[in-house]
Amino acid sequence: MDAIFLQFLNGLDKGGAYALIALGLTLVFGTLGVVNFAHGALFMLGAFCAVTLRKLLTLEMVATDPEKVTAWGTPLEIRTPYVEAWFGDFGAFMVDFSVPFSILLAIPVMLVIGVVMERGLIKHFYRRPHAEQILVTFGLAIVLQEIIKHYFGANPIPQPMPSAVGGAADIGAALGMDPNVIVYPWWRLIYFAFSVVVIGAVFAFLQFTTFGMVVRAGMADRETVGLIGIDIDKRFTAMFGLAAIVAGMAGVMYTPLLPPDYHLGMDFLVLSFVVVVVGGMGSLPGAVAAGFLLGILQSLASMTEIKAIIPGIDQIIIYLVAVIILLVRPRGLLGRRGVMES
Amino acid sequence: MSERKDGPSRRKVLKGAAAGLVTAGVAPTIFTSSAHAFRNEPTGDTVTLGFNVPQTGSYADEGADELRAYQLAVEHLNGEGDGGMLNTMQPSALKGEGILGKKVAYVTGDTQTKSDAARASAKRMIEKDGALMISGGSSSGVAIAVQGLCQEMGTIFMAGLTHSNDTTGKDKRRYGFRHFFNAYMSGAALGPVLGQEYGKDRRAYHLTADYTWGWTQEESMINSTEALGWETAETVKTPVGAGDFSQYITPVLNSGADVLILNHYGRDMVNSLTQAIQFGLKDRQSNGKDFQIVVPLFSRLMAQGAGENIKGILGSTNWNWSLQDAGSQAFVKSFGAKYGFPPSMAAHTCYVQTLLYADACERAGTFDPIQVIKALEGHKFDGMGNGPTEYRAEDHQCFKDVLVVRGNENPTSQFDLLNVVQQVPRSQVEYDASIFGGDLGPYEV
Repeated sequence: MDAIFLQFLNGLDKGGAYALIALGLTLVFGTLGVVNFAHGALFMLGAFCAVTLRKLLTLEMVATDPEKVTAWGTPLEIRTPYVEAWFGDFGAFMVDFSVPFSILLAIPVMLVIGVVMERGLIKHFYRRPHAEQILVTFGLAIVLQEIIKHYFGANPIPQPMPSAVGGAADIGAALGMDPNVIVYPWWRLIYFAFSVVVIGAVFAFLQFTTFGMVVRAGMADRETVGLIGIDIDKRFTAMFGLAAIVAGMAGVMYTPLLPPDYHLGMDFLVLSFVVVVVGGMGSLPGAVAAGFLLGILQSLASMTEIKAIIPGIDQIIIYLVAVIILLVRPRGLLGRRGVMES
Repeated sequence: MSERKDGPSRRKVLKGAAAGLVTAGVAPTIFTSSAHAFRNEPTGDTVTLGFNVPQTGSYADEGADELRAYQLAVEHLNGEGDGGMLNTMQPSALKGEGILGKKVAYVTGDTQTKSDAARASAKRMIEKDGALMISGGSSSGVAIAVQGLCQEMGTIFMAGLTHSNDTTGKDKRRYGFRHFFNAYMSGAALGPVLGQEYGKDRRAYHLTADYTWGWTQEESMINSTEALGWETAETVKTPVGAGDFSQYITPVLNSGADVLILNHYGRDMVNSLTQAIQFGLKDRQSNGKDFQIVVPLFSRLMAQGAGENIKGILGSTNWNWSLQDAGSQAFVKSFGAKYGFPPSMAAHTCYVQTLLYADACERAGTFDPIQVIKALEGHKFDGMGNGPTEYRAEDHQCFKDVLVVRGNENPTSQFDLLNVVQQVPRSQVEYDASIFGGDLGPYEV
């Protein structure tokens, strides 16, 4: 029972990441009708916002100690971060909390990247077949990841979580059980809470603001909204920017869980598309529900007891469930009639 | 009745037969060593070597370090720079005048850490660029694939970083040579140290990368830890490049294990170790003991990726730049002066392999791969780090001391990540060449 509960928790934070990426993908598909294979790259770029901020915060003054030499005969370098030298304890605090602070950097950066990507490239492919959209966005994803590899290298770059939440929460003890039976990393719990808040905020934005209402109307019937004099294209461009911000923030907060490298986006891309298809193309609630469902199923399938019955099930569970759901419900869990159908 | 004039006379037949016998039987015994034709025999004033490393993909940084080492080796062979290990290698036929008087040139290939891409680039270097020897790799799967190709093509393969027992075990080849240590040696070196540090009553849980290296690493660690009296609680295979290992780590928490052995390398090691630490395993108590994590194969480049999480973790490594022997220091000095940072163990093994190949050519007095193979088989040398070393003739595996290391708790620099706990003597990690099976195959291909 403890093991099932732990895997359930595990599925929630994993599902949170899937849901956030799938939400952005669905926003873009639902508004612009574009199948964006560069969306995983946006997640990766968000993660590298955190890497960049930490690099800036840990820029070091380099002095040499002429009395000590390295093993290869050059004077030993003594390095001190500027931020700590200038701001003392506050500087150390900024370095410690660099990942949460990176959200503040990621929001404007990802907005600009999203808008430039949409205006500069993707808008030229609105009326082109989905196959061409996939090719061009996949190509863009490869270009972006190669740029990141050029500047940051190929190895993962660890991003420590704030030391205050670095340990694991004893959930079992909090529920009156023996201590150390159910422990779970604080940051994973925070990530789950973060994903719920972001998803809730996006839904609230679409549901309770005039801007969101127009966007929803445009998703339902673009031509009619245009006929009443609303420039829906501008709003859809803004939605692309919003999707980029959501993916970027998801990437920032994921960095302490998975040291980012240039390939991070590709690792999530295929899974996220499966999530979108299972949830139903163009359905925002479907994307979120499928994200959490597949995350939890993937975690449960990794249990030793289940793998003893069906070896290798953890590797295929997501695709197996996708096949079953699409056989039973061809439009996905909450898919709408007419989307991606001729 | 006419006499046949154009038929062979008895005298002619006897002369022809005698000439045939001489050609077929006597001449080869005189000229074999110099007249044996072989692929890419150098005819000009240069000899070309092929360095096949991952220049893209997840091991690209390791590949870049290997390439730096190859370039340094070529410089030293050609008499440039300070000579590095040419000054410490014992015995040595190298004079810093290229190989057999020919200047060393090189071509490079990108393995992408994919077997098919690695074979294609090795084939291209042999067939189009005229490479006489291929070296490199950062994965056992790739090394085994390229080694097989080199056997087919009659080209010597001096393996780079490959740690699977299979490379010089069931998949060994006559044309393949490995200087790097292997999974068996990691287990044999680590086992006694684990016993001393953590006691004889432990339950180990293995997370293992699901490919040739992971399987042999797991098998070796199980053998060495069970010999200590440890129990194996569970062995779980994880997909290569899984990224998030949390679903494999959570079952460890309530498995009754008190040691987690991560048979992972590269990005997988960085991720699984980071996540295991986040789950509080290092601070956990189990069976009344402190929970421990072990990483059987450490690399400094990977340790940099794992950051703080590496501190206090035990593992093994082929070589470390902090070694104080003359050979290691000469190499670190040359490499550090040229590039500004110390070499990795991948760089070390690639550098040494290049020098060993060149030295074997000099000793054989020819580039003929068959004679070079014979010069390498059973060759004993010193002054290249890790103490006296031997290329065992039976399986082409180098035997030397193995380092057991621990993640440095108080690093003095960004490179000072591993402390050498023990230099385990070669005698402790040696094994019978027949235990892993395989067949070297023929000299003539």
